[in-house]
Amino acid sequence: MKCRELAEFLFDYVSGDLAVERREHFEFHLTKCGNCHEYLVQYQMTIKAGKIACGELSDELPANIPEDLVKAVLAARKL
Amino acid sequence: MARATPVDDETALIAQLRAGDEAAFEQVVRLYGGRLLAVARRIVGTEEDARDVVQDAFLNAFRSLDRFEGNAKLSTWLHRIAVNAALMRLRTRKRKPEQSIDTFLPGFQEDGHFEERFQSWEEPVDKALERAENRELVRKQIDALPDSYRTVLVLRDIEGLDTEETARMLGLSVNATKIRLHRARQALRTMLAPHFGGARS
Repeated sequence: MKCRELAEFLFDYVSGDLAVERREHFEFHLTKCGNCHEYLVQYQMTIKAGKIACGELSDELPANIPEDLVKAVLAARKL
Repeated sequence: MARATPVDDETALIAQLRAGDEAAFEQVVRLYGGRLLAVARRIVGTEEDARDVVQDAFLNAFRSLDRFEGNAKLSTWLHRIAVNAALMRLRTRKRKPEQSIDTFLPGFQEDGHFEERFQSWEEPVDKALERAENRELVRKQIDALPDSYRTVLVLRDIEGLDTEETARMLGLSVNATKIRLHRARQALRTMLAPHFGGARS
């Protein structure tokens, strides 16, 4: 397996959807190729970064909906 | 107050909504509005559109209360309606032609090796994202993805929809959804790398 193919199969690998034989080739390549290993690590960290930055625990989540928007929604319902 | 509506009793709340109880509508808007606003912001990218989406979502929900099934959770149901309203907003608003994502995808040499030598990130991402400025940076980079890539990444990786559901909501095949999500993740990695200490080779 070349690095190019590894990049192609990365999605199925992290989803756990790679067929056994292909997964073995994939993992064998990883043991030989530090650059691909690093790419895999960063790909996984990227997914995690999105979850942390935008997820349930994110500071971005407003605790409350702005008051004027509450009023706007309730007013629009009556139209 | 003589009568407080118990928050945990959804069945009672739904019954009040169906009966047209004004206080119940307000309670639902206050309970779930913040969360829906955050989802809408993530998908449509601007505050103004996000507010419109929240309004659309609540109105759609209130109009279709009879279609709410008792075994569903109100929060989940509202979330789906908000995601749909946000996607609808994206489709109808005037957009610039979408920029290509190709420059953010990895390049390969003729022999199949990556062109780039990936430098390790300075610290694990959960550690780096303990700092608010880094969380903000990640959100900015997600917002900077072209719409069609941002939406698939937000629905699947952040809002936690499964691939089939994401595909259905975006009107894509499952395979096209996977390919697009893979590209979106790869592009986001490229965009984050300079900030987290890699990709300077």
